[in-house]
Amino acid sequence: MDVFLQQLINGLTLGSIYGLIAIGYTMVFGIIGMVNFAHGDVFMVSSFIALILFLLLTTWLGLSSIALALLIVLVLTMALTALWGWAIERVAYRPLRGSFRLAPLISAIGVSIFLSNFVQVAQGARNKPTPPMLNGGFTLLDQGGYAVTLSYKQCLIMAVTAVLLLGFWYLVQRTAFGRAQRACEQDRRMAALLGIDVDRTISLTFVLGAALAAVAGVLYLLYYGVVSFSDGFVPGVKAFTAAVLGGIGSLPGAVLGGLIIGLIETFWSAYFSIEYKDVAAFSILAIVLIFMPSGILGRAEVEKV
Amino acid sequence: MQASRTGRQDGAAALPDILRDAGIYALVALGLCVPIVSFRTELTQNSALDLVPRWAVVAGLCAAIFVLRVIQRLVLARRDARRALTPSAHQATEAVHGEPNAGQRASRLALPLFVGFALGLPLIAVLATGGLSQSRYWIDLGILILTYVMLGWGLNIVVGLAGLLDLGYVAFYAVGAYAYALLSTSFGLSFWVCLPLAGLFAALWGMLLGFPVLRLRGDYLAIVTLAFGEIIRLVLINWVDLTGGAAGISSIPRATFFGIPFTAGEDGFAARFGLSFDTMHRNVFLYYLILALALLTNAVTLRLRRLPIGRAWEALREDEIACRSLGINTTTTKLTAFALGAMFGGFAGSFFAVRQGFISPESFNFLESAIILAIVVLGGMGSQVGVAIAAIAMVGGPEMLRNLGFLRAVFGEGFDPNEYRLLLFGLAMVAMMVWRPRGLISVRVPSVALKERRAIAGSLVREGHG
Repeated sequence: MDVFLQQLINGLTLGSIYGLIAIGYTMVFGIIGMVNFAHGDVFMVSSFIALILFLLLTTWLGLSSIALALLIVLVLTMALTALWGWAIERVAYRPLRGSFRLAPLISAIGVSIFLSNFVQVAQGARNKPTPPMLNGGFTLLDQGGYAVTLSYKQCLIMAVTAVLLLGFWYLVQRTAFGRAQRACEQDRRMAALLGIDVDRTISLTFVLGAALAAVAGVLYLLYYGVVSFSDGFVPGVKAFTAAVLGGIGSLPGAVLGGLIIGLIETFWSAYFSIEYKDVAAFSILAIVLIFMPSGILGRAEVEKV
Repeated sequence: MQASRTGRQDGAAALPDILRDAGIYALVALGLCVPIVSFRTELTQNSALDLVPRWAVVAGLCAAIFVLRVIQRLVLARRDARRALTPSAHQATEAVHGEPNAGQRASRLALPLFVGFALGLPLIAVLATGGLSQSRYWIDLGILILTYVMLGWGLNIVVGLAGLLDLGYVAFYAVGAYAYALLSTSFGLSFWVCLPLAGLFAALWGMLLGFPVLRLRGDYLAIVTLAFGEIIRLVLINWVDLTGGAAGISSIPRATFFGIPFTAGEDGFAARFGLSFDTMHRNVFLYYLILALALLTNAVTLRLRRLPIGRAWEALREDEIACRSLGINTTTTKLTAFALGAMFGGFAGSFFAVRQGFISPESFNFLESAIILAIVVLGGMGSQVGVAIAAIAMVGGPEMLRNLGFLRAVFGEGFDPNEYRLLLFGLAMVAMMVWRPRGLISVRVPSVALKERRAIAGSLVREGHG
């Protein structure tokens, strides 16, 4: 029971991070129908940006309050990563709009290879650890020597995720941009006829996706305390799995899928084998796509002749 | 845009506009570089991180972006001006007829040229470098490129002909390599027995993995095949009893000349044929082996394209629904494509194992799949010659970076061009797609035609979502 509870907490924490990345996949797929393969690497870049900003604030500028530093890091990282998302869309995807269907995917793979090697060249190939911060936590249950703890980090991760998702939900459901975004998702040409600036909406979608990936990047860095240039690929594929599992194009689906993937991964590691946890996640991707291609909350695709 | 369309003299007038635009690019580049390039994190003795500022690099990058953008705008303005002068009707006809004929002629000539050059390469290399052992670099590079040509041609069956997007092709390469490595180290089977077996194993895996994904299309198919590729790699890493785990399998038996080993001894290759012993004999033999395998792949593909199954593949690529309504069995069509593509991947894999003598799961990561797919797409999806050119460009090009040692004089002693190999590779992939989204040779020549074979420009081919 206590092991189960501990794994539940760990799984939900991991799932929140996957969910945040998955939103970027699902929104981009919804609006232009492409798998933004580079999204996982954008997440990795944001993690590095956060690491460097954090070091700058604490060691160079001598900021002593960790909470304030984290807040500034979060905001700045979101802004800088959003710029990356915008630039990538502008350079690598926009010229290919309306082109041959494989071209954006290949371009995205190119961006992904570029980003991970760019970071490797710029920052070196070794793992980069952060100074330990926000240690400690609440002990929820302590019986028979096994304590179930909810660390402050995990609280923070889940709280930040929940708040941001609420804000994001409001943005998509209640604002003019959200309406434009959903309109473009349904029918890009019709939306353009009704006076929506489609290019701008797509750009903003990438910006938002990157900003959410940046939040995930900051939280990932906080949680694991270490990042390396190759950390983008596997979380990226898992987040994509989450987006597909929840039903691609559906925002609540992406978060739900993220939580499910996070839970499966932690429970698999705890009860079966830690070596095969990635195999489990990838197998779920394959199984879901084969038996339930529209996911849990997605709409079934209608085949038109 | 407005200025460039009306003529060349306006292009000069728009210079401030161009400069402002390039300035914006440089500013964005500055924003992108700010924390990640401007500060390098260095591990200190007590494993904490130290920040080393590098503003000079950032300034250099931004300046480079600025200059490149100005050049790009100037070139674009000139091209637009030239386009504006020629009548638009000409452009339309060019798209339909002009380009295909040139492409058609080129591709008809290119294949014999390529084969001739490939056959003569060891001789040319030996003559140019002045000795068998000096030519080692060029022959090894030839082997590397031909391996990718073969993999590209194998994947071309799946992606280029049948239109099934496969991002996990490297899995079959791995199956072939491990099949040879395990069969030869555990049962002592020779390469020539293992080669067909490895192909069969890979084909079997192609069917196994192809079967569940029959209903998937496009990007979904790509992601599931990617997942399969990763699963196979992870199993290879973790199943230590069978595969040796991350350490891989070493001391795999080397290639023999149809049973005659390449050794210095009495019954070695050199002694039997009355030559003086040279380790390069084996490399030259391997070169011709992979050349033969690649040409076999090409020949089989070209023949299959004319058979009903090949025509069914191409029909499937263009429109799956039409295919089904015409009574083509899409299940067998897809499965044969997967199986045949995988088989050639398996051949290439066992060649890889026999050449290296050592394999580990790290040789079969996603990057390899991406490179092979990029070769096929860049080559033009279905064009055999295009794939060969793309393989030379994608594999040979980055390899050339190793020779750019003189850049050290410009960028300082610590500069290693090899570090930038994959970085430039990624950039090149993006640039190629933006420049030619349909690949180098995008012309389609029908395999079967009623009266005359007329090439079809790639832009006129509508591809279904198979």
